[in-house]
Amino acid sequence: MPEITIRDALQRGLREALDNDPNVYLMGEDIGAYGGAYSVTAGFLEDYGPERVRDVPISENTFIGTALGSAVGGLRPVVEFMSISFSLLAFDQMINIGASIRYMSGGQFKVPVVIRAPTGAGIQLAATHSHMFENWLASVPGFRVVAASTPYDALGLLRSALKDDNPVIMAEHVQLYGKRGEVPDEYFTIPLGKADVKRTGEDITIVAFSHGVVIAMDAAGKLAENGVKAEVIDLRSLRPLDIETVLKSVAKTHRAALIDENWRTCGYMAEVSAQISEKGFDLLDGPVARVASEDVPAPYSRPLEQMMLPNVNRVLKAIEENYGI
Amino acid sequence: MKVLERARKTELAELYRQMYRIRVFEEKCGELYARGLIRGFLHIYIGQEANAVGAMSVLRPEDYVVTHYRDHGQALARGLDAGRCMAELFGRATGVSRGKGGSMHLFDAQKNFVGGHAIVAGHFPLATGLALAAQYKREDRVVLTFFGDGAVNQGVFHETFNLAALWKLPIVFFLENNLYGMGSAIGRVRSGGADFQDAGKPYGIECVVIDGMDVMAVREATQAAVHHARSGKGPAFIESKTFRFHGHSMADPVKYRGDEEEERWKRRDPLHTFPRMLLELGLATDKDIEKIKAEAEAEIDAAIKFAEDSPWPAPEALYEDIYA
Repeated sequence: MPEITIRDALQRGLREALDNDPNVYLMGEDIGAYGGAYSVTAGFLEDYGPERVRDVPISENTFIGTALGSAVGGLRPVVEFMSISFSLLAFDQMINIGASIRYMSGGQFKVPVVIRAPTGAGIQLAATHSHMFENWLASVPGFRVVAASTPYDALGLLRSALKDDNPVIMAEHVQLYGKRGEVPDEYFTIPLGKADVKRTGEDITIVAFSHGVVIAMDAAGKLAENGVKAEVIDLRSLRPLDIETVLKSVAKTHRAALIDENWRTCGYMAEVSAQISEKGFDLLDGPVARVASEDVPAPYSRPLEQMMLPNVNRVLKAIEENYGI
Repeated sequence: MKVLERARKTELAELYRQMYRIRVFEEKCGELYARGLIRGFLHIYIGQEANAVGAMSVLRPEDYVVTHYRDHGQALARGLDAGRCMAELFGRATGVSRGKGGSMHLFDAQKNFVGGHAIVAGHFPLATGLALAAQYKREDRVVLTFFGDGAVNQGVFHETFNLAALWKLPIVFFLENNLYGMGSAIGRVRSGGADFQDAGKPYGIECVVIDGMDVMAVREATQAAVHHARSGKGPAFIESKTFRFHGHSMADPVKYRGDEEEERWKRRDPLHTFPRMLLELGLATDKDIEKIKAEAEAEIDAAIKFAEDSPWPAPEALYEDIYA
C-alpha cells in the first residue's frame, strides 16, 4: 500500500469533496494565496478558484458564523481555523449557532459544516497558541468531534465528516501533519464514533487519541520489552465516544492507562475515566492510571513545555505505580 | 385608476392590520406573563411595529429574515402563525420551535424566518452566511436582518459589515434604533453618539436614516435597500429611529428614562397616526378600521386558546433535534 502523510490524506479528501460536490467550498485565514498555515490547502486556490477557496479577514467569530449560516442556506463548507487556540474567538457562533440552532428551532435546520482545527502543544508556541480544546468542544451536544492519529484515519474520518449533516470538528494535531502511514487507493470511510484498536494485547489497555496515540504506541513498545502486552485504543472520535470498545478491552486486561494532552482537570480522559468506573468498575484490578498535561498555561521554554506534556516515561511510571507492571 | 386605488387601499389596510395584530399580541403577552403562563425573558415590541411591518411588506417569500430577540413582531409580520407563536411562548409542543426556543428564539423554515437570536449581534454572521449561500448558488434572494442599537458596539457588527461589503453580499442591515440597549442610552455607551449615519462609512456601506414610526417611510426605504442588495450591489444599511414604549423586558421598571421622552414618542404611535391618516385621506372608513381591529382581536384570542389547549412536549422530545 502507498504511504502518505496526514497532510496528503487531508488534501486528498478535500479535493475529492470539491470535485464531487459543487456545494462544498473551503474558507479560512490564509488558506488560498498563502496555501494554509500548515500547507494543507497548498495549490487549491489555483485549481478551484477564489469562490471555492475563500481567504477571509482575521475575524474568527464572523467567518465561522458565516460558514454556519451558509450551511443553513444549503452549502457544505469546510472551514479552517489557523489554530484551535483561535476558536476561543468563535465560541459564540460555534456553540450558540452551530451546536444549537437545530435544537432551538425544533429541528428545522441542519448545519453540515466541517471545522478543521490544528491543535496541540509541543512546538514552543507558548500559552496562547498551544491549546487543545477538543475536550471543551466534545462536551457540547450538537457537535461531533474527531481526532485522527494516522493518515488512514484522517482520510476516512474526513470523508465521513463531509457526508454528515452536523457540525463536525476535526482536531488535527500540529505535530502529526507530516506523519506517514499506509492508505489504500480504493475508497473507504471510517464511521464517526468508532474507536480503533491500534495494537492488541492482554495485560493493560492504553487509551489515547491524536498525538497521545504516538506516546501510547511507544509506551506499548517499552512495555513489551518487559514482557507486558499492552492494547492500544485510539478513540478517534471524542463525541460520540465509543466507550464499548474501551470496556471490551478493559474486560480483557483489567488495567487501564489513559493518555491525555488536555489539561488534567476536566480533560477528556476525566470523562473516559468516569465512564470506565461507572460502567466497568468491577473489571479493574486497580485505579486507572491517568497521564495528562500539567495544569499550567503552556510555557515557551522547551524543557518546561516538555515537563508539561505527557510522555512515555510518565506513562510507564503511572502504570507501574498503579499496577506494579 | 380605480383598480390601482383599490389595490393600494388593500395594501394600506394590510399594513395597518399587521401592526394592529402585533400590538394586540404583545399586549396579551404582557398579561399572560403577569399570570405566569409565559415564562423566561419576554421582550415586547410595542411602539416599534412600523419597522417589522413596513420592512417585511416588500420581501418575497424566498428571501431570508434573521432578527434579534425582540422578535414577535418580526415573526408575525413575516406570516408565522400567531397560534403557533403563542404556543411557543407557552412552551408547548405545537410551538413554532416545538417549545424549545421560547420568546427569543422563534423559527419557521417554511417562511425562511431563521430566528429569533438572543446574543446581541450574534445573528450577524448567520445572516451573512445565508447571503453568501444565496450568492454562491446564484439564487435571486436577499437577507433582511434586524438588530438594535446595542448590537453596534459588538465586534461582529464591524466584522460582518466588512465581510458583507468585501464580498458584495445580498443583505440588508436594518437597525431599529430605539435609543436604549436595555437600560443604557446609546449615547452613553457609544463614542459616536446616538446617530448612525456614518456607521457604515468605513466599509463603504451607505446608511439611509428613516423615521421608524412611519410605516410608509420604512416600506419605501426597505424597498430601495432590497432592490440595491438584489441587484448585486452589495449590502444596504438602514437606521430607523424608533422607540419601545415599554421596558426592555417584563422585569424592567424603566427607571433610566423620563416620562416626557416616553410621552413625546407615544404621540407618534403608528397605531394612532397611521389609521388617522388613512381616515383623513379617505383611504379607509371607520368601519374598515373597526373591522380590522375586531378580526385581529379574534385572531389573537384564538391564538391564546390554541396555545392553552396545546399539549406539553412529550418526554422524548428532550433528546430529539440535536443531530440531523
